[in-house]
Amino acid sequence: MAPTVEIHRKQIGHPEWDEPFVVNMGPQHPSTHGVLRLFLELDGETIVGCDPRIGYLHRGLEKLSENLTYSQALVLTDRLDYISSAANNTGYCLAVEKLLGLSVPRRARLLRTIVCEMARISSHLLWLATHALDIGAMTVFLYCFRDREWLLDIYEKICGARLTVSYTRIGGVRLDFTPEIVEELYRFTEEFPARITDYETLIDVNRIWLKRTKGVAVVPPEKAINMGLTGPSLRGSGVPYDVRKFKPYDAYDEVEFEVPVGRNGDTYDRYRVRMEEMRQANRIIRQCLDKLPETEGEPVVAEGAPDLLMPEKKKSPQAVPHPKKGFLVKGAEVPVVPEGEVYVSIEAPKGELGYYIVSDGSGKPWRVRVRAPSFVHISAIPEMVKGHMVADIIAVIGTLDVVLGECDR
Amino acid sequence: MGVEKDTVEVAPDVRHIPGTPAFITPLDKLINWARTGSLWPMTFGLACCAIEMMATGASHHDLDRFGIIFRASPRQADVLIVAGTVTKKMAPVVRRVYDQMPEPRYVIAMGSCACSGGVFRTYSTVQGCDEFLPVDVYIPGCPPRPEALMYGLMKLQEKIRQEAGRWGFWR
Repeated sequence: MAPTVEIHRKQIGHPEWDEPFVVNMGPQHPSTHGVLRLFLELDGETIVGCDPRIGYLHRGLEKLSENLTYSQALVLTDRLDYISSAANNTGYCLAVEKLLGLSVPRRARLLRTIVCEMARISSHLLWLATHALDIGAMTVFLYCFRDREWLLDIYEKICGARLTVSYTRIGGVRLDFTPEIVEELYRFTEEFPARITDYETLIDVNRIWLKRTKGVAVVPPEKAINMGLTGPSLRGSGVPYDVRKFKPYDAYDEVEFEVPVGRNGDTYDRYRVRMEEMRQANRIIRQCLDKLPETEGEPVVAEGAPDLLMPEKKKSPQAVPHPKKGFLVKGAEVPVVPEGEVYVSIEAPKGELGYYIVSDGSGKPWRVRVRAPSFVHISAIPEMVKGHMVADIIAVIGTLDVVLGECDR
Repeated sequence: MGVEKDTVEVAPDVRHIPGTPAFITPLDKLINWARTGSLWPMTFGLACCAIEMMATGASHHDLDRFGIIFRASPRQADVLIVAGTVTKKMAPVVRRVYDQMPEPRYVIAMGSCACSGGVFRTYSTVQGCDEFLPVDVYIPGCPPRPEALMYGLMKLQEKIRQEAGRWGFWR
């Protein structure tokens, strides 16, 4: 318990007020970013305890994937973190590709990197919009949505959908970029850094913004690691952990980018980290676009990638041991997706997103488990808000950038 | 003598009395006109569709020009836009929000999940919010485009314009 609470109690000196006052926040609350519910134990305005309740958006996504083929279950991953669906698709596809042993063509890897970074920008823009709106800056919200709309228009040109894109496929991507899309993306990458500078001039030195974010919810580096924070929330505390650098997937080993880290680990530093990440994402898109002409004419889907409704078994190209007789048989039927289990994690905009898939050799996954960053981040809320004021909860929920679709699944 | 003879029809059912600043129109029409022009929806995002709902309300599509302003309290809202998947755990809360809204109140089911459960045919999902709410307009799509939401809201406005004696004292 924070020392301020003790002092506060003594001053009040009322026997009934020694009991903490319990307030329910959510699930219907405009600032909880979805349907998060918090039980708050208050002493005056100070929070002494916080108990997050989740499950208001539990749709059974993991269970549902067990009855769909691998390609069909891809569509459900869109609805996990619906703000950055391209990143979810990529993570899932990487996991299935590892299971199948597929290698993705270079062009498809570049295209995936571009859409992933676009998802990062659009996710961070939405985060900035809602975070600023919660804290009281309405103008930023309107500006951010203007730019986000541009990105969504590009998404629409790429694959026909704005939000739930399902652009990546197991073994590649769905469609190649047309020259117009490349041109439009070049235009976007040229203009976007100036737009970020605009937002920074709006709130970087805004007195209200500084008061609401500086020194709020400070997380030291060790504590951040212990709580399992990942992504910008961890990097704000000064830990330079980024899956894109530590275990590069897709085309991240080809591009140059920096991993921004914070110094103090407070809400303001996490805000700065995300703003800088948008610049780096812009840089990555630019580099990938420059590399695209080198791979002109390459296929965008790997050979041997599974169809939407894939058969359970296929004829094996090599001789395989017969299951009963024990000797090698030519032309025997083997499962399309081999038995086994894989875990692949990627750097989603919210943090480290992991897919753990167990296959039993049938055409459908036996178990899909999603390691969602939001789920872990919500468990950190009670630690982070203790001793703060009620109004700071909004800042904390905003700074962790939680999405309940991903948390409850 | 007669309304047709002494007045001039300036709009359907709206008649002007020449030489005066007076108009004659049925009360229903006047009230419906007022209601159509200020539909205040409830800020109540459940899932993916809420992001598109926010995009519709934000700068690019701008719902404000229809007189549609999002309110954070059910006490001030006229329309409940059920934007997203309704789970069995969430359904009582959605119903409570609806019950807290003052009449006349309308419900828009936005997205496939709110219309029929969508792709989530599972143990935890309500198969359409019309199982516990009287839905006025259904907007399919996963998620519906902002234009679709605007079209749905305009359809609701059309519906309100036609209603007579459904609510209130003049029935």
